[in-house]
Amino acid sequence: MKSLGNIRRSFAPWADPQSKPFISFRNITKKFGDFTAVDNLTLDIYHREFFALLGASGCGKSTLLRMLAGFERPTSGEIILDGQDIAAIPPYKRPVNMMFQSYALFPHMTVESNIGFGLRQDGMPKAEIGERVQQMLKLVKLEQFAKRKPQQLSGGQRQRVALARSLAKRPKVLLLDEPLGALDKKLREETQFELMDLQQQLGLTFVVVTHDQEEAMTMADRIAVMSHGKVVQVATPAEIYEAPNSRFVADFIGDVNILEGNVKAAGNGRVELAGGDFTVRAVSDAAPSVGTSAAFAIRPEKLKVSRTAPADPAVNTSEGEIWDIAYLGDMTVLHIKLPSGKVVKTSMLNAQREVENPIGYDEKVWVSFAETAGVVLRD
Amino acid sequence: MKALGSSIFSRLVIIVPYVWLLLFFLVPFVIVFRISLSTTAIAQPPYEPVFSLADGLSGIIDNIRQLSFDNFVWLTEDALYLNAYLSSIKIAGISTLLTLLIAYPIAYGMAQAPRTWRPTLLMLVILPFWTSFLIRVYAWIAILKPEGLLNQLLLSVGIISEPLIILNTNWAIYIGIVYSYLPFMILPIYSALEKMDHSLIEAAQDLGCPPITAFWKVTFPLSLAGVVAGCMLVFIPAVGEFVIPDLLGGSQTLMIGKTLWNEFNSNRDWPVSAAVATVLLLILVVPIVFFQNMQAKADEKGR
Repeated sequence: MKSLGNIRRSFAPWADPQSKPFISFRNITKKFGDFTAVDNLTLDIYHREFFALLGASGCGKSTLLRMLAGFERPTSGEIILDGQDIAAIPPYKRPVNMMFQSYALFPHMTVESNIGFGLRQDGMPKAEIGERVQQMLKLVKLEQFAKRKPQQLSGGQRQRVALARSLAKRPKVLLLDEPLGALDKKLREETQFELMDLQQQLGLTFVVVTHDQEEAMTMADRIAVMSHGKVVQVATPAEIYEAPNSRFVADFIGDVNILEGNVKAAGNGRVELAGGDFTVRAVSDAAPSVGTSAAFAIRPEKLKVSRTAPADPAVNTSEGEIWDIAYLGDMTVLHIKLPSGKVVKTSMLNAQREVENPIGYDEKVWVSFAETAGVVLRD
Repeated sequence: MKALGSSIFSRLVIIVPYVWLLLFFLVPFVIVFRISLSTTAIAQPPYEPVFSLADGLSGIIDNIRQLSFDNFVWLTEDALYLNAYLSSIKIAGISTLLTLLIAYPIAYGMAQAPRTWRPTLLMLVILPFWTSFLIRVYAWIAILKPEGLLNQLLLSVGIISEPLIILNTNWAIYIGIVYSYLPFMILPIYSALEKMDHSLIEAAQDLGCPPITAFWKVTFPLSLAGVVAGCMLVFIPAVGEFVIPDLLGGSQTLMIGKTLWNEFNSNRDWPVSAAVATVLLLILVVPIVFFQNMQAKADEKGR
């Protein structure tokens, strides 16, 4: 796996203008009556990519996946898969397979016949089917359960059968609809890594739909954050987290503090905002016009909390008062009330086993951050 | 104490259906069976007395010695009975098949209908029960007779030039049975189809099944329990059906229910009609028990 890990690190076909997308959604719109589920959406997914569609329920992510599988037809626009427009191709002729949220295992068939179902449909010779089914059972470590019926398996085992069944036909693209939603937390985390290993091992393109941002960040090469039928941002997990392009994304992914202010100066890669509690000086390519309002988004772990005033208390610094303390084991989350009454959230890693003289309730502290710690968002 | 109380309660709950079966099935069956072992007599009731507690022990033993299976032997000697049984089974079998062929698409359509329509559709299926069964069968006479509504319609449209003879044939019986028992077939099939997860069909399509194949490989096998239940609910009463063949069938129609009625009322031969009823019950119960045993074994195997 180690060598693959290195390949992974340099895997970025989306940054290469030479590479052609494997799946293209072009101006896709899908309407259900008056309701627009997907709104003029354009999106490229590359070969061997692990791609996540992330959003709250009703944002159109599942509809997009179902259009790729062929269960819904776009109202307008085209879907190109491997150079072919697939909009008119019925689901049973598409070279994609889907793993369903409910797993959709056939209750009247054994694990074996469930996995071999698609192969039998293709008229593969019996001996070959048996071989492929064994391979798949081995892949998901369920060899000894071949003769069981789905209702005799645990949730985790069913999930594996569903995965094996959807991989058995060696699809060009595997679609996963909330693949881990029904598993408990611990199993979910394990399975996330297994899915990643599997995807690299098989060299397939995976498109996963999830509402769980942690899941998307763990597994995906790139994430498309969706809202109201549109893609708000497509980027790697790190970019999405560190440089969200909008308040929506900043707020949706992880925790964030939004500091409001008026633009005092902008240009040469720097922006200065005058806010209620802070004067923000940030490194930013955003060039909002002077005088307009803008916001500065900063993650809790990037705020520094100290008892003594920093070197330059005029910039990126505010006084505050400890309002709430939550000890989470690996870290401590502090809610700090600023002079204006706004409460910001900070988190500190508990690097030492015991902290001497920890910060306590109602204590006066200084909150500060670096110029590169957050991003400027235009309204 | 609490555990004891609840165990007594749970036993009581189980006992209730058994008591019901005992009182309203087993006891009447024993009475009928007892009569079937007797012989006819000009008396009230019209058969030789069979054992009764009033005779005392010696009287009972005496009576038991007189019992015989002559009536059952008689059933095998006269071809009328065998033919009546076979003809009943044939008519019931064909009617069940026809009912299934009509009911399945209806149930399927109901299960596919928008959720908000379903209670209304269900209501429409049950609605005929609100009118008397007898009246509905009589209504079919008015529809099917040579100068009836159906013939008038077909003649006026010009599909036929002479009235069809349907009434008093087996076709009228099929129509009557299919019409009367249709809800008993629709409801179990609908309930099996309705609770099916639609994503199973999508999964089948996703794995390469065109819609028709997906139906035969997934939908139909999963609705089989409903199909079997519906077929039993139609076949069993249809075998012993009396009213429909009597009103819609012809004089040559041979059905066991009618034979039984003749033995009982016209011939006043209670013992033979009791034997006919006993055999009819065996014909129906034995295959069902066998079938259920098989299914239980299959379930066991799947575990």
